[in-house]
Amino acid sequence: MAVWVIARLTFKELLRRRLVLALLALTAIVVGLTAWGFSRIPGLHIGGQPLTPGEVQLASSQLLLLVMFMFSFVLALTCAFLAAPAVAGDLESGIAQAVLARPLRREEFLVGRWVGLAVPVLVYAVLSTSAVFLLVDWTTGYLPRQLVPAEAALVVEGLCLLTLALALSTRLSTMTAGVISVIAFGTMWLGGVAGAFGQVFHNQAISDVGVITHFLLPTDGMWRAAVFAIEPVSSVAAASHGFGSTFQVSQGPTMAYLAYVGCWFVAVLVIALFSLHQREI
Amino acid sequence: MLGQDPAIDVRGLTKSFGGKLALSGLTMTVPRGEVFGFLGPNGAGKTTAVRLLLGLSRASAGEGAVLGAPLGSRAARRRIGYLPELFRYQGWLRAGEVLALHGDLAKVQRSSLRDAIPEVLQTAGLAGLANQRVDTFSKGMQQRLGLAVALLGDPELVLLDEPTSALDPVGRHDVREILRRLKARGVTVFLNSHLLSEVEQICDRAAVVDHGRVVAQGSMAQLLQGPTVRIRCSGISQDDLGRLGHFGSIAREGEWITIAGPGEQDIPAIVAAIVALGGSIFAVDPGQQTLEERFLQLVEPG
Repeated sequence: MAVWVIARLTFKELLRRRLVLALLALTAIVVGLTAWGFSRIPGLHIGGQPLTPGEVQLASSQLLLLVMFMFSFVLALTCAFLAAPAVAGDLESGIAQAVLARPLRREEFLVGRWVGLAVPVLVYAVLSTSAVFLLVDWTTGYLPRQLVPAEAALVVEGLCLLTLALALSTRLSTMTAGVISVIAFGTMWLGGVAGAFGQVFHNQAISDVGVITHFLLPTDGMWRAAVFAIEPVSSVAAASHGFGSTFQVSQGPTMAYLAYVGCWFVAVLVIALFSLHQREI
Repeated sequence: MLGQDPAIDVRGLTKSFGGKLALSGLTMTVPRGEVFGFLGPNGAGKTTAVRLLLGLSRASAGEGAVLGAPLGSRAARRRIGYLPELFRYQGWLRAGEVLALHGDLAKVQRSSLRDAIPEVLQTAGLAGLANQRVDTFSKGMQQRLGLAVALLGDPELVLLDEPTSALDPVGRHDVREILRRLKARGVTVFLNSHLLSEVEQICDRAAVVDHGRVVAQGSMAQLLQGPTVRIRCSGISQDDLGRLGHFGSIAREGEWITIAGPGEQDIPAIVAAIVALGGSIFAVDPGQQTLEERFLQLVEPG
């Protein structure tokens, strides 16, 4: 099936270009350093007194959220940089002319590209986050409340940007598609921060900015879903009393929102398919 | 029956980009088993026509069929081999892997690919290079690889867009031999080329396209205007040349004038006419009109 041929080709490209190797090596270093850092937390003192188990848990959870925030940022950028050239690169270089002259549908080409990028991203994200969560648990005893939802939310966040960049890649140059995706990611994050401020200060207009950004591009919405799954109960309670932020949320995503995110993926992929179908090669 | 349909049959194929006409009303039929030359200057619409045939681009107007199937349909593309003008293949793959990829996409059986890949590599002059990465290939080798890709899977129609643009004389000779073998096997070849001498040697028929329009089409004998006389002379003005017009169509290039049409029996009269007009003759060269001469006549500005 042509989808698998293209997906296999895409994965082979990631391997041949040593991207997988580079990611794994860098991740191993970062995870190792993270584990070392977390292992120091139980030995910390405040005012000459060792941290209580509760304080260790709180410190670990906050630090873990920071680490995961950085991870989600890196994952999202990686997704944008992987997907932006996935179609545009072949179109610009002329490789697509020979490939798309073969008896495959353009839809198969695009879906193959998506699968070939999304599956490695999923596997990488799950392995990396699992490694961090388990090492943090081992060194500090803190384990996120909802492991699978936390990992799923981080994966979906990355895949959102991957899908957006791939869709842009059907019409725009590699560079433009990548830059727009990154700016969109940053803007959505800022929108989310603004929305949290709006909630704290009970300003409906600013609060709505956060809501709108969560629907435009669900990256920040998924980040907040991850935060909810990772943060301790005490943070949930604090956020419920009006102290919500990018690192402290009061509730997880609703089923309706998750269904919307599913629809968002379908809609963006359909637009991408239509865009590639209509364009001149 | 599908097999009896012409290889290419298009009617009024037109393509415009933002109001600029790239191809205007292309109508042509290429029978099966023929080597068809598609000629024209840069920007004439040759590559646009090939892209329309493959469905890489959509026609603004007109219709047609390739191998009996609608333009761009997967049924047609399954039986077409294509070498693009901009031949680029994944540099991080090995040559054999590029061919395996195209074999998979063309739905060639894996078992037959094992034999087919070394075979087409040998045909294209890349024998033994299946395991070499494409990004280590020279430009000429990459074009040979493109040729191997186009030949993979025993296509019924091979579309070659400037197949010798990066090749040296040996490579061009090899391509001519490949085309002859394809023709012997009954494969239809649609050849876009600037190298008119090659087209003249290989093609059964040709079309000349200029500014998006076909300006001449037919067999080589129909396209060329028979015998010519080339004369190196001086002392002949442009007005004088007009007085020689009754001998045939005249083209001038420096000291050489070429008169298309007259046979050897007309040479004494032509020489006498030039001398009578005050011209001095240094050489007379009777021959056949070349495709290049005909091409220049057809596409000359104005």
